[in-house]
Amino acid sequence: MKQKTMFEKIWDAHVVRSEEGKPAILYIDMHLVHEVTSAQAFDGLRMTGRKVHRPNLTVATMDHNVPTTDRSAPIKDRISKKQMDVLAANCKEFGIPLFDLHHTLQGVVHIIGPELGLSQPGMTIVCGDSHTATHGAMGALAFGIGTSEVEHVLATQCLQQLKPKTMRIDVQGSLPTGVTAKDMILSIIGKIGTDGATGYAVEYTGEAIRNLSMEGRMTVCNMSIEAGARAGMIAPDETTFAYLKGKLYAPKGSDWDEAVNKWKMLGTDPSAEFDTTVEIDVSKLEPYVTWGTNPGQVAPISGRVPDPETFANETDRKAAKAALEYMGLIPGTPINEVKVDRVFIGSCTNGRIEDLRAASKIVKGRMVAPNVNAIVVPGSGEVKRQAEAEGLDKIFIAAGLEWREAGCSMCLGMNPDILQPGERCASTSNRNFEGRQGKGGRTHLVSPEMAAAAAITGHLTDVRQF
Amino acid sequence: MEPFVKITGIVAPLDRANVDTDQIIPKQFLKRVERTGFGEFLFYDWRYQSDGKTPNPDFVLNFPQYTSASILVAAKNFGSGSSREHAPWALMDYGFRVILAPSFADIFYNNCFKNGLLPIKLPEETIRTIMDNAANQRGYELTIDLENKRIMDKNGFVIEFDMDPFRRYCLLNGLDDIGLTLQYSDDIAAYESKRPSWMCGISI
Repeated sequence: MKQKTMFEKIWDAHVVRSEEGKPAILYIDMHLVHEVTSAQAFDGLRMTGRKVHRPNLTVATMDHNVPTTDRSAPIKDRISKKQMDVLAANCKEFGIPLFDLHHTLQGVVHIIGPELGLSQPGMTIVCGDSHTATHGAMGALAFGIGTSEVEHVLATQCLQQLKPKTMRIDVQGSLPTGVTAKDMILSIIGKIGTDGATGYAVEYTGEAIRNLSMEGRMTVCNMSIEAGARAGMIAPDETTFAYLKGKLYAPKGSDWDEAVNKWKMLGTDPSAEFDTTVEIDVSKLEPYVTWGTNPGQVAPISGRVPDPETFANETDRKAAKAALEYMGLIPGTPINEVKVDRVFIGSCTNGRIEDLRAASKIVKGRMVAPNVNAIVVPGSGEVKRQAEAEGLDKIFIAAGLEWREAGCSMCLGMNPDILQPGERCASTSNRNFEGRQGKGGRTHLVSPEMAAAAAITGHLTDVRQF
Repeated sequence: MEPFVKITGIVAPLDRANVDTDQIIPKQFLKRVERTGFGEFLFYDWRYQSDGKTPNPDFVLNFPQYTSASILVAAKNFGSGSSREHAPWALMDYGFRVILAPSFADIFYNNCFKNGLLPIKLPEETIRTIMDNAANQRGYELTIDLENKRIMDKNGFVIEFDMDPFRRYCLLNGLDDIGLTLQYSDDIAAYESKRPSWMCGISI
């Protein structure tokens, strides 16, 4: 039998119809929806008189523009409120399950999918959000789509897709203490570039990946899009099954046994071929920080702000120059001398319970530096409850960090959590684009531990010294 | 969707790599629940000064010679970042029908076709030539002929470009791809009958 990659196995198992010279019609097992990219899709259905084909294979939540302050207070931003009201009305009209703002299981769409056991190995999972590859950590084919495709899935439970190429990113070595999944993926993006995986579905393999927890794997897969990848995925193993077992929507009883047996067959066959392979060794990796305005512009914490003149080609020189100008940084400055005004711990990249535990260990018994404002935003209501049960909220509050309600928050600044022009932020999110966290705001992407350390010292800091 | 066959228009050069969708349409404008009206916010942070109203005279789209441009030429990895379809909606609403670049981010590229916006990948050197012509020749126009996969100007510059045949066919005919998939509802039903019971959805 033909040796297949995991991607090919999942793809082939979901082809409803394929014809020479046309995109495949691919069945979608789980469709996740949020308030920002769905309204126009539901409108499209109404305009064409179409129904939602399988309402219970779509799950909706509110996350992108929800306030993270007191939920009992009325929402001040009327346009945000309208977007949430429209989602609620659409879900009601079309019979789609919704975790709304006041539901105990509300949270960031890519946090709640795995957390509730909605995202399972072998599935095709889509969402109108580019960070959908997060769910690939379960051993699923998960990718972001636009609003027209959201409408397509709603109407047909299928998508027309051209098959991407396959890339293997093999990560060898064991991560040194204080170095995390976030540093791993930042270093990978730095190595292959923000378009290094464009057109590819990536499978992460190797010792360093196997040794990651499920949550660490999610952090890695989450940022696949920042290297341009269509999807990022990791083969399911005992770590995956242990994580999933007993989750609210995971299969139960004999279904569970049947499912696990199927999932065990998903891994890439030993002699299957990838279109491209990238190898990386992380045994000497340091904590990584972005210095520029895209996630590929990275440096180790012991490094310096680079000189644009040292870049090999004209395009990169220009990009680096523009980035440093926007970031207000001078070439040659040691990275650990860069002062920060704000710290954000949260997002679909690093808003899970392990992230909050790691950050709390750093700040415990210490105080946030004067002039630094730091917020912790749990990725979901579940994460928040778990953190509070462990007393993490008290550690953060005692150290001077703010403890918020679940949402996307300052990762994209659609709610009131934004940077002011010129403010500099150490952020556990996924994008450091110009204006991403607020017009004129300057973002440095880091791990939760590094963000916590920066909050305490007031500048980018090597967390290994804590 | 309106069919795309052939257009002739002024070319505006945006000489930047990795133009991300947060730049194309910043998040504060994603709160609209319609598909229209995004053009006035296109490239908002670059287009306007800090008051958000006064045009920034240094931004290329504010140069008088490009105000009626319908073709945008940019450097590599155009449309990276978020999946927001508001990006092609904003480009279309502003008046662009074609984007030329050496490479595009996948989701953005795909979103363009759903809206009748034509993204064309061309070699770096060709992009550089077009960028220079657009910067140096006032009123520089290109004709984009999708039927014949050809780009030409009035001075004898002619190149051919590649495009997935099915995507081209859909654009030329302005086809509704949901309608195409729905033609296969029997295949979908047959597929669904074989899915395991534990994958049959949730209710709250």
